[in-house]
Amino acid sequence: MSKLLEIAEERVLVLDGAMGTMIQRHKLTEEDFRNDELKDHPSPLKGNNDLLSFTRPDIIKEIHALYFEAGADIVETNTFSGTTIAQADYGLDTEYWVYKINYESAKIAREVADEFTAKEPNKPRFVAGSIGPTNRTASLSPDVNDPGYRAVTFDQLKDAYRLQVRALLEGGSDILLVETVFDTLNAKAALMAIDEECADRGVKVPIMVSGTITDASGRTLSGQTTEAFLISISHMPLLSVGLNCALGASQLRPYLQTLSEKANFLVSAHPNAGLPNEFGEYDQTPSEMGDQVEEYLQSSYVNILGGCCGTTPEHIKEIAARAAKYKPRKIDNVHATV
Amino acid sequence: MEVENDLMSEKLNTDYILRLSGLEPLVVTAESNFVNVGERTNVTGSARFKRLILEEQYDTALEVALDQVRSGAQILDVNMDEGMLDGKAAMVKFLNLIASEPEIARIPIMIDSSKWDIIEAGLQCIQGKGVVNSISLKEGEEPFLYQANKVRQYGAAVVVMAFDENGQADTYERRIEICKRSYDLLVDTVGFNPADIIFDPNIFPVATGISEHDNYAVDFFKATKWIKENLPGAKVSGGVSNVSFSFRGNNAVREAMHSAFLYHGIQSGMDMGIVNAGMIEVYDEIPKDLLEHVEDVLLNRRSDATERLLAFAEKVKGSGKVKVEDNEWRKTTVEERLKHALVKGIVDYIEEDTEEARQKYDRPLHVIEGPLMDGMNVVGDLFGAGKMFLPQVVKSARVMKKSVAYLIPYLEEEKRLSGAEMSSKGKILLATVKGDVHDIGKNIVGVVLACNNYDIVDLGVMVPAEKILDEAAKVGADIIGLSGLITPSLDEMVHVAEEMERRKLSTPLLIGGATTSRVHTAVKIAPKYSGPAIHVLDASKSVGVASDLLGTKKDALVANVKGEYDQLREDHENRRSEKAHVSFKAACNNRTKIDWSAFEPTTPNHVGIKVFDDVDLEEIRKYIDWTPFFNTWMLKGKFPNIFENPTVGKEAKKLYDDANVMIDQLIADKKLVAKAVVGLWPAVAEGEDVVLENGTKFHFLRQQGKKGSNLPNMSLADFIAPKETGKQDHLGGFAVSIFGAHELAKAYEEDHDDYNSILVKAIADRFAEALAEMMHEKVRKEIWGYASEEILDNESLIKEKYEGIRPAPGYPACPDHTEKPILFELLEAEKSIGVELTESMAMYPASSVSGFYFSHPESKYFGLGKVYEDQIDDYTKRKSMDKEMIERWLAPNLGYK
Repeated sequence: MSKLLEIAEERVLVLDGAMGTMIQRHKLTEEDFRNDELKDHPSPLKGNNDLLSFTRPDIIKEIHALYFEAGADIVETNTFSGTTIAQADYGLDTEYWVYKINYESAKIAREVADEFTAKEPNKPRFVAGSIGPTNRTASLSPDVNDPGYRAVTFDQLKDAYRLQVRALLEGGSDILLVETVFDTLNAKAALMAIDEECADRGVKVPIMVSGTITDASGRTLSGQTTEAFLISISHMPLLSVGLNCALGASQLRPYLQTLSEKANFLVSAHPNAGLPNEFGEYDQTPSEMGDQVEEYLQSSYVNILGGCCGTTPEHIKEIAARAAKYKPRKIDNVHATV
Repeated sequence: MEVENDLMSEKLNTDYILRLSGLEPLVVTAESNFVNVGERTNVTGSARFKRLILEEQYDTALEVALDQVRSGAQILDVNMDEGMLDGKAAMVKFLNLIASEPEIARIPIMIDSSKWDIIEAGLQCIQGKGVVNSISLKEGEEPFLYQANKVRQYGAAVVVMAFDENGQADTYERRIEICKRSYDLLVDTVGFNPADIIFDPNIFPVATGISEHDNYAVDFFKATKWIKENLPGAKVSGGVSNVSFSFRGNNAVREAMHSAFLYHGIQSGMDMGIVNAGMIEVYDEIPKDLLEHVEDVLLNRRSDATERLLAFAEKVKGSGKVKVEDNEWRKTTVEERLKHALVKGIVDYIEEDTEEARQKYDRPLHVIEGPLMDGMNVVGDLFGAGKMFLPQVVKSARVMKKSVAYLIPYLEEEKRLSGAEMSSKGKILLATVKGDVHDIGKNIVGVVLACNNYDIVDLGVMVPAEKILDEAAKVGADIIGLSGLITPSLDEMVHVAEEMERRKLSTPLLIGGATTSRVHTAVKIAPKYSGPAIHVLDASKSVGVASDLLGTKKDALVANVKGEYDQLREDHENRRSEKAHVSFKAACNNRTKIDWSAFEPTTPNHVGIKVFDDVDLEEIRKYIDWTPFFNTWMLKGKFPNIFENPTVGKEAKKLYDDANVMIDQLIADKKLVAKAVVGLWPAVAEGEDVVLENGTKFHFLRQQGKKGSNLPNMSLADFIAPKETGKQDHLGGFAVSIFGAHELAKAYEEDHDDYNSILVKAIADRFAEALAEMMHEKVRKEIWGYASEEILDNESLIKEKYEGIRPAPGYPACPDHTEKPILFELLEAEKSIGVELTESMAMYPASSVSGFYFSHPESKYFGLGKVYEDQIDDYTKRKSMDKEMIERWLAPNLGYK
């Protein structure tokens, strides 16, 4: 960890790119999402990408390796939907399956990271346990006619996150990344789960939080401005705070600037490869995206840079090359981390 | 991972700034003014609020909260401590409801309770960083530390009462002793951020007649000063109304006491206070004699202070500040009333107010140019600033039109007498181009421009170039605006531009509509016309462009746009050459791989066409996808989540309610008629075509973009069993229409009601789409029957989770509109349901949908993308059509030329 910070003082750390985009390339079928244990599972599992960490570990390991090769310092585990809440859609919302998803995902990412670190000891590689938003919101009602209704409670979220955090840590994650935060209350439940789990284990784990600004209104889905979001999660000693998903690099820029000015933590960004076209595909090329993130670098907005939806190892390679040319955002005044 | 310990043990935020948040931040620095905490949403402090909560009148209770925010509260205190109440449930319910009201949720919440379980339940409901009010050492250190640590984990600031095991502090010494002890425990043991600690050193009533109470306020001020000097980062707050408890019923005295107390509290360093934000007198405006008596009491300046104030209070008994009621606006001047009606979109009084204004002003024209335009300017400004939304603006326009309509007879009478003309900012001619019948967007632009005092000449739909330009010359249009929705309209717009050039015009040409784009305007339209040709993204942009074009900024705008379009053209050229593609032959060899031996096509239960004359609208209604409806109104968001959107949610809900009221009425009065025809025919794929048993051929196009490994170059022909497989497959087709909307819209327009005119058309469009969805389901489950077991809810239908597809000619998978007549002929669409095709292959009525059905589970929607000359040559042969003609229809998809 102190290594992470040492590196962060010298240069911009590079995070990996999209997992889903890379998985799509493989044109997987239902069988790929099943193993012996799951062969008679009653509901379809295709699309439940987190399972691939043990049904097709070859694919997930290859993707991690491609990102490390492209220049990433940190890869995210394949666990975006690794909570009992998100897995309920697939009928896999038991402790057994959710633990397995997170543990196995962290384990294979750890193995690939260690291989690369062994090859290049000068450039240690890290594993960030990815903690997604789940598919429910704690501060919004899904029922128009009953705005006071909530489909999930804080405690349900906290318990679900606690299990995910435990498995991610036991599988060997270096960092925990609470990402794609569209409802800050969900993120607060995740942070509390992390705080409790770490207190029980007697460890301190670096935490990254990354919110999602939904559109040009400059707010999260749950309605907060960037600064309000930052304030709402600043009670924990974070490694970094940042933004990802929903927008491309150029649209993200003004909100990133706010974080860069106000945050007492490192600042991260992993934008999408532009905005989706009319078919929902991302067609921003690596060099186009590179040009846009280079503006962040010129303005010294970031310490950690990667990609979200639509980004590929080619994008990360480009981002890493651009990042190498610039000094990171100054972290002298980063109270929480140095 | 042991190395991380030093990292995390650092303290957070040592700048001692208190940062709180609701939807927006609240940053309290040493320089900040006093922070008001709204106190009326407290069952222990407000009898009215308590009654509302006990009677579960939560809507009204929310209004109390909103009132506090509007009166200037920066934090909202919520308290549900009442014996008759399930305090925990009430706290959760009220906070959840607040979260759905963006104007309230904007500010941070103070969760106020003496019970820890209510506080914790409240903390679990707020996404922002709020304040807990309060914890204390009353029950000893153990619960204090437990609760403080929880508050830290939930991410809230905390109010700490000056209270310990021995009771509430009521002297200066006890206050500072307890605050110091609490501070040390919080900072050193719990690791609490000092900036997040707020002390409440107890505000007690003074002037009670008990002499021990006389120094209460002074001690509070002293303790406040000590805390601020000795406990770094800590803040001080208090419940201010307590101090005047003895003067209940005498608001004039109470307000003066609160104000004076705050004045001295702030001087001592008090940072915030729980106050009724609407009930504070301005310190400087307190009458001098009253102030003197009040301060004598607060500062304990003389022993007879209490008696003197009590005696004085009898003289100043008044009602204090009175809140203005909502319908007060009816009592203001006629100008104010007109403005209010315009901004709020209220038509109820518009005729009587207009009449009053007409009598007041010497000329009817002055009513329009005066109060009406003033009001519309406010509307325009608010819309421009994003503080009003389209449905509201259209309602404002309705008020304006009604008022103007009332004045028109008087205007004409005056004109007849004097020959005077009304002034406007300029004349703008609008038209939907030839072959296209879609006009919702154009009508919205017309309304928005009219609101901004432009004179609008709307030629309607399907207007040929010739008529547009003749009419423009006749009325002397300053700007011509073209609109269209279907792709052939793009070509028609190019044609209009060419005609304008031929006629040597220089009138600015504005281009708008769903399929238009900046790139298309730059690449295809602008080069044809030497005058300005400018793409306008949506109605909100139209005002700025029009005002620039007709004002002094015209040259700058034109030069700007030209530069921008030159660049776009250049980029477009460069990008085009970059796009990798494959030969048509290679594309054909990379068709979608479908294992036909493993697939047995289902024989339909009914072959041939089937007509549905009068489909039940109530049934169709269940299939409506509302999201595009909101897009029509420029409200961005997905249904139903859009209602939670803090900016547009409220307007979206209103619009949705209006739409549903209208739908109820339309159904009850049978004002719309829904018709559908579907057909299923034996078919096989022969190469790139699909051939029906009766010899009819449909011609499909194949993607030619270079694909990644394992990705096919798709064509719809891939999804029908090839002839060589020997399997008998089927192809389906359909057309659905909603009749009646056009006539209804026209009637509304005649009543100057654009809002309902646009609404009814948008609703008819939704019904047409819903009917297409419903018929598709019927086909899958019954008529064709290949998915008879399928059970899907509406959301899954919208997400296209079903098996098989229904692509429409003219849309991405098969963009060639000229396949539509073949389909219409097979369906006998004109005869069977009465839907017609225009020369641009648009369907009339506009609210119609047509397309094909494919049943194979692998069939999917895709975008054709660019195609190249080798394919067009082949296609020309297959269709036996003129190559130039095909190139014109497929212009947007051509990757060459």
